Amino acid sequence: MTEFKSELGGLADPSLHQGPLEVAGVDPATLRKYLADMLTIRLAEEAIGVLVEEGLARTPCHLAIGQEAIAVGVSASLNRRDRVFGGHRSHSHLLALGGDLFGLIAEILGKVDGVSRGMGGSMHLYSPSVGFQGCVPLVGATIPIAVGAALAARMDRKGTIAVSYFGDGAAEEGVFHESLNLAAAQRLPILFVCENNLFSSHLDILLRQPSDRIARFAEAHMIRSATVDGNDILAVAAAAASLVAHAREGRGPVFLEAVTYRHRGHVGPKEDIDVGVRRTMTELGKWKRRDPILRLLAGMQSRKLIDDAGFDTLRGEIRRKVADARAKAESAPYPDASALLGAVYRSADERR
Amino acid sequence: MSVAEETGYGEAICRGFEHLLANHPEVFAIGQGVWSPWYVGNSMTGLDEKFGRERVIDTPVSELACTGAAIGAALCGYRPIVIHPRMDFMLLAVDQIVNQAAKWSHMFGGQIAPAVTIRAIINRGGEQGAQHSQALHAWFAHIPGLRVVMPSTAEDARDLLVSSVLCDDPVMYIDDRWLYGRKSVLKKVEERPLAGVGPVIRRRGTDVTLAGAGYSAWLCEEAAQTLAADGIDAEVIDIRVLNPFDPAQILESVKRTGVLCVVDGGWGPAGFAAEVITSIVESVNPNVLKRAPVRITLPFAPAPASRALESTYYPTADTVVAAIRKLLS
Repeated sequence: MTEFKSELGGLADPSLHQGPLEVAGVDPATLRKYLADMLTIRLAEEAIGVLVEEGLARTPCHLAIGQEAIAVGVSASLNRRDRVFGGHRSHSHLLALGGDLFGLIAEILGKVDGVSRGMGGSMHLYSPSVGFQGCVPLVGATIPIAVGAALAARMDRKGTIAVSYFGDGAAEEGVFHESLNLAAAQRLPILFVCENNLFSSHLDILLRQPSDRIARFAEAHMIRSATVDGNDILAVAAAAASLVAHAREGRGPVFLEAVTYRHRGHVGPKEDIDVGVRRTMTELGKWKRRDPILRLLAGMQSRKLIDDAGFDTLRGEIRRKVADARAKAESAPYPDASALLGAVYRSADERR
Repeated sequence: MSVAEETGYGEAICRGFEHLLANHPEVFAIGQGVWSPWYVGNSMTGLDEKFGRERVIDTPVSELACTGAAIGAALCGYRPIVIHPRMDFMLLAVDQIVNQAAKWSHMFGGQIAPAVTIRAIINRGGEQGAQHSQALHAWFAHIPGLRVVMPSTAEDARDLLVSSVLCDDPVMYIDDRWLYGRKSVLKKVEERPLAGVGPVIRRRGTDVTLAGAGYSAWLCEEAAQTLAADGIDAEVIDIRVLNPFDPAQILESVKRTGVLCVVDGGWGPAGFAAEVITSIVESVNPNVLKRAPVRITLPFAPAPASRALESTYYPTADTVVAAIRKLLS
């Protein structure tokens, strides 16, 4: 079988980019928010992993542990009127927008107080009050939906944009290309975000594509793009800010490719579940040293913006919030039996 | 005294678009060929000039992305109509129709549904062959969360379009190029909730109940006229709304006639005629039925291109007449 070479080079090499981020010149409050938001996602997803291990959550949970910098870095350029769509691995997208921790965990437990009223589970989340307009697990399915939201944004003329999160696997779906072309042809205000974690479930990207660089498709559709280290929150935030500004000014669609790696398997909390084809525990060990949270923390520590005690306090506070959300979610009620047929159609049928 | 002017089915669809675009700023149309009569006949003539090409959008050859985009805009408060000039090609968009549009309300606990209208045109005959011919309404009647309508008269062609677009659920609106010449006198547009619309009796009769949707409903009406000359008094029911399907009207009719014939432009196996017959059989006392119900559907083969085979492929009013004569003999 042909062995394709990495076009991403160092960006896909976990032995590089492990050091502290250079945070000089960045507002310390912004850095603290990045750290807190990434840590919230990390600890929430670790807790969700525990719920799966304990058998309390059965809904398939696709964890983004290791990928937190992308959602947090992109969300820094968004406001609540922007419309964000995700896929199967979207807990991070919801939380990075300020989505409700309790609503997320309650949804994962199938409780009526969940963000989708207990009808969606982990893969179908909806929280429009923070701009999260929905995620679904059909690969690539929300990409054209986000393009439609961008069409709506253009008709609204209020300077809002649409955001579409997807993975490298979605770039192999036909609808991805249809959607990029449609957005480019109509010059729509949309940010496409490819979280390139180099694997689609178990299979390495270079066993699926002749290149591991997804932004080449944006170039083919004449869409402005950037490819960044997705485990560097500052790189993600800076690229997103520049691209979002371009889209918001009505100058057409933009595309951000953020290279990253997930610490857990494709689905569920286990780290070794997809090991076998090319993903190895050795490689995972290297990527864990390229952790987006640890790199920001180390950068902040080297500039004396946080010390060990400060970090422990922050982590303790977030742990408590997560534990409270879990406890409240566990005691929340399930949907009533009437919910099964009640929401099939939204408009009431006057004939029955 | 002036004679009331009649309008054809295709033009009536255009009247529906005009009403919607003129009165509802959140409505827009998107699809392949909507600037061209080549694709959509006379059903959208001049709309792009009258309402602007920002609201009547002709698109790349991307059924899936365009359907998804319509759904996305609908989730943001618009009421788009996505046009598929041929139902066969719409199959490229099935993920967005079945997995997305139909399911968002239920998946998200009724908090949101895309108020999108998916217009599918049945365009067949003329030796176009297997991929320019299909009537696949039964597929979509199977899906909870979608509404499916098939107008058979010019008035319904206009009014059901208006009701579909103003409905808060995703609706598949299926029109048929073979009906574009059918005319009726159009009354003033009334905006009726789609949820209040269902099957309607087109002709009262006592001997047999004929039921069909879209073009098949017209075949039933035509057949009933011929049968009347034979002394057979057929009742005709135009199903109009296939999803959610309400069999009550047909059930009441069969209780009176005791004989049921369903005409359907799709195939027989697992088809819509089967659904209609089952709905009746499971709800009536067997003694009510004087004959076993029959269905008239397509031969179980793709549409042929050769005129020699095509000429016998599609059921006609004569097919229906012959079947009823046999049934009642």
